Amino acid sequence: MHRAGRHHSSATEELQVIAPSKLAIENVSKSFRGASGPVLALDRVSLNVAEAEFVCLVGASGCGKTTLLNIIAGLEKPDSGTVLADGKPVRGPGRERLVMFQEPALFPWLDVFGNVLFGLKLKPNLTNKDRCDVAKYYLELVGLSRFEHANIHELSGGMKQRVSLARALAPNPRVLLMDEPFAALDALTREQLYGDIQEIWKARRKTIVFVTHNVREAACLGDRVLLFSPHPGRVQEKFTVDLPRPRDINSVDLAAHATRITKALKSLGQGEAIAAK
Amino acid sequence: MKRFLLAAAFFAVLVLLWEAAYRAKIWSPVLLPSPRQVVTYLEGAAADGTLLKATVITMRRLIVGYLIGLVMGLPLGLLTARWKLFHDTIGTLALGLQTLPSVCWVPLALLWFGQTEAAMLFVVVMGTLWSVVIATETGVRNVPPIYRRAALTMGSKRLHMWFKVILPAALPFIVSGMKQGWAFAWRSLMAAEIFVTILTGFGLGQLLHYGRELSAMEQVIGIMIVIVVIGLLADKIFFSPIEKFLHRRWGTSQA
Repeated sequence: MHRAGRHHSSATEELQVIAPSKLAIENVSKSFRGASGPVLALDRVSLNVAEAEFVCLVGASGCGKTTLLNIIAGLEKPDSGTVLADGKPVRGPGRERLVMFQEPALFPWLDVFGNVLFGLKLKPNLTNKDRCDVAKYYLELVGLSRFEHANIHELSGGMKQRVSLARALAPNPRVLLMDEPFAALDALTREQLYGDIQEIWKARRKTIVFVTHNVREAACLGDRVLLFSPHPGRVQEKFTVDLPRPRDINSVDLAAHATRITKALKSLGQGEAIAAK
Repeated sequence: MKRFLLAAAFFAVLVLLWEAAYRAKIWSPVLLPSPRQVVTYLEGAAADGTLLKATVITMRRLIVGYLIGLVMGLPLGLLTARWKLFHDTIGTLALGLQTLPSVCWVPLALLWFGQTEAAMLFVVVMGTLWSVVIATETGVRNVPPIYRRAALTMGSKRLHMWFKVILPAALPFIVSGMKQGWAFAWRSLMAAEIFVTILTGFGLGQLLHYGRELSAMEQVIGIMIVIVVIGLLADKIFFSPIEKFLHRRWGTSQA
């Protein structure tokens, strides 16, 4: 905690678990110019995410879930509606809400350590030693201490996403936005990461919005799963997954939840097919 | 070691073939001197200082002109990448002038600057500049947008974004543009020195030219060898380490 008159913080302070944000998305609409006129990617979407909640957005590709994530991140502006983080409107990108992209957006001109350090260097009031300590801590958290000085191209896909995770966690954001981060990985690596991300989420207490088209993945990770319908993008149905953690992706209980969500997803598809006729 | 020996053997064979051609007297000895004569010339020129003096003069022109070209080219490339207006104007100009062999600048440089160092520099700058502008612009335009987006979320903007994200991301392109600019500068300077005799200093190109005037073929060939060696050394000393670094970091082939 800050005492009056103290202007610098130390690595130990930087590493403290800070309060996660709550998000309020209110009536957000967004359209894009498509080949045949404007496409309504998001149609008056409203949803709330509680502090330290893990929310998964599922839906077919093109249903606007990634657009919503970008709007929450502040990387895109909605046509109308607002996003509030802890009651304050989001006006642009900021390190309170960090994004983990589907393709690892790691910088090839920096080594692993340099990548994790990147966001920390942009944080004022830290000494370089603090920054290094923090980066080391997160590399250890994702299990990559031994690869501090590896070049990015030498890493496997799973390791790259671990570095991305460490880089996103290092500036200690209140919200973590994840855009299909495990989609390109093989099943085994993914299962490992499901375990790791749940552990890290518990340890670091972040509010997480997680976009995926993998229903099982959503059921495994989310406190809630929101089903998006495409054209126009809307929240169609909300599911609560009240299984104990850590969850195993292969458990029978989890499969039951996933089946329920898949059914709803499929009926959406049929509804759309009928509408198209 | 094995690679070195093989390369050495290759060059030894080359010299032997040359010697054999000389002994077979296919061409008049005036046109094709023996390797021995060329070495003798080079030894003499090295001993009396002409070679060193000419090399210093040429390298100074080359390096100063090249640096001016870089210092002008990098910002211009950034401007053309950033703003449409600059892309449509300076970018188009650069694209057009890059296709112009830089020796074509020599007559203009002579008329504008007379027989001065400025004429030499002008030709070298023109040789360097456009390649650097185009490579920088291409490099910046090819930076994957996801790098910008990732950096934006971490709080990078404006100058920090340019210096810590966009420029490093564009580095492979910029380096290959710098290398091309160097090659063009070297060629254009040699052309300029061969065409223009200036009183402020005798460069390697001028030594080559006078070798021809005096029908001293051992001088012509000797200077040509020096020029080749300088080109090779520049590559090995300056560009190779950068390319090795890029190759190691990016994991891409920079062939």
